[in-house]
Amino acid sequence: MSIKLEHVNYVYGAGTAYEKQALRDVSLEIPQGQFVGIIGHTGSGKSTLIQHLNGLVKADSGAVYFNGENIYVDGYDMKGLRGQVGLVFQYPEYQLFEEDVLSDVCFGPKNQGLPKEECEKRAREALELVGFPEKYYHQSPFELSGGQKRRAAIAGVLAMKPKVLVLDEPTAGLDPAGRDDILDQVKYLHDQTGMTVVLVSHSMEDVARYVQRIIVMNKGEKMLDGTPKEVFAHYKELEAVGLAAPQVTYVMHDLKARGIRVETMVTTVEEAAAEILRVLKA
Amino acid sequence: MEMIRARELVYEYEQRDDEGNVVGMNRALDEVGLDVRQGQFVAILGHNGSGKSTLAKHMNAILVPSGGTMWVNGRDTRDSGELVNVRRSAGMVFQNPDNQIIGTVVEEDVGFGPENLGVPTGEIWRRVEDGLRAVGMIEYRAHSPNKLSGGQKQRVAIAGVLAMEPECIVLDEPTAMLDPVGRKEVLRTVQELRKRKNVTVILITHYMEEAIDADAIYVMEGGRVVMQGTPREIFGRVDELKRYRLDVPQVTMLAEELRRRGLDVPRGILRREELVEAICRLS
Repeated sequence: MSIKLEHVNYVYGAGTAYEKQALRDVSLEIPQGQFVGIIGHTGSGKSTLIQHLNGLVKADSGAVYFNGENIYVDGYDMKGLRGQVGLVFQYPEYQLFEEDVLSDVCFGPKNQGLPKEECEKRAREALELVGFPEKYYHQSPFELSGGQKRRAAIAGVLAMKPKVLVLDEPTAGLDPAGRDDILDQVKYLHDQTGMTVVLVSHSMEDVARYVQRIIVMNKGEKMLDGTPKEVFAHYKELEAVGLAAPQVTYVMHDLKARGIRVETMVTTVEEAAAEILRVLKA
Repeated sequence: MEMIRARELVYEYEQRDDEGNVVGMNRALDEVGLDVRQGQFVAILGHNGSGKSTLAKHMNAILVPSGGTMWVNGRDTRDSGELVNVRRSAGMVFQNPDNQIIGTVVEEDVGFGPENLGVPTGEIWRRVEDGLRAVGMIEYRAHSPNKLSGGQKQRVAIAGVLAMEPECIVLDEPTAMLDPVGRKEVLRTVQELRKRKNVTVILITHYMEEAIDADAIYVMEGGRVVMQGTPREIFGRVDELKRYRLDVPQVTMLAEELRRRGLDVPRGILRREELVEAICRLS
């Protein structure tokens, strides 16, 4: 169930004063089961890119393949694709609308034409997967806390049993513990189900901690693509385009500049602590 | 001179059932005390639902106290005759830019505030330019705000408040949607304004790094102020902060982790340079 983009171009507002090339010759492949992070400054094309993954936005040229099939051929089952590639938008809690949480989460599978019992079964499974407490299943989604609302919204997408889960800044506006809770849950989901996860984030620290691969977008182009260590080694180029490496990576570079021979390819607190201790004790 | 002062500030609101009957009272702020002098930079931290935003809304009289008193620039916010003065003193920037942008063209949106205050036209244009330049959005002055990304819209909203040249700016999670450089840019802008014009800054944030330059930090929990001190004092108390669902800057975390593993680095390290210095001393 890989997703493959080949030479994708997309222009907003073609022929108007606001014409902007949002994606420029983007090619990439995401294999099934990968946990991928997409970073880029505001307006770099991240959101446009992920909307191509489930056919919500159609490329002006180039092709998108899901599971080896070109999604732009006539008669392609777009509705089916959207069930397979679940997209969780920014501030998804604004899209909650049903009377209680359980019905809200049932909406997706109901829309896919599944029988009522199956919808509810899936809704319950999805809510459990995101760690949503059962005692709130019959509460209005509007009375929940920010973190719980977001869990309910993510469950709504999971209930469609997607093979790929795409999250656009799922931690925006949450407090630190809320951020950790959501990301730990997403990681758990990934590990449990083998689902592909695509995470769009502005937090370099979060991306470094959770993902296997980072795609960096800049001005609509794919600028870097690699493991967190590979990508954050380019910290100077990242800064030039409005991004940064995690703070601990900078600490390591500073230490090296001061003559302490630490390995600088470090992206998390745990790695940094271990590396500093290794060098100091040597 | 005290810019913001709160004494035993209480805010309660009615809890209603589906039919709209009052079923109880919720206390969002519980005897809060706060002192912010003119020109100070104060950060307010706390998890979602801890009362931070409710407190912020008292600073320009969007909400007025149910008990106790809030003074802004010496004016009691419950005195309706002072409403205009209170709002002129304290400008607010909210989390969601979509709720605060009204103009159809960026520069028109930024000019709306000063125009409303009766600022002469020539002066409005100067302020619009200053504001947009300060947030790095000058090249978008003739664009439609609808076409901007979330982060760009937020910078326009901040320019709009800057253009009113308030004595105090209250920012309620202004950087939640910005990329790292956008975040730095906004914070630098606010700091410059503070230095140049002695503007008081109140910053509510979930990013601990943004609070390290504050003169004082207040931590809220359950509508109360539970911690208060300098960044060094507050971030030196890692376990307590975690209990309040908060965190410390990553550099502070690394220093703490090294301490835990037996290295002799001081508590409450906030900056990269401090940590590098401390480690170099040990090698």
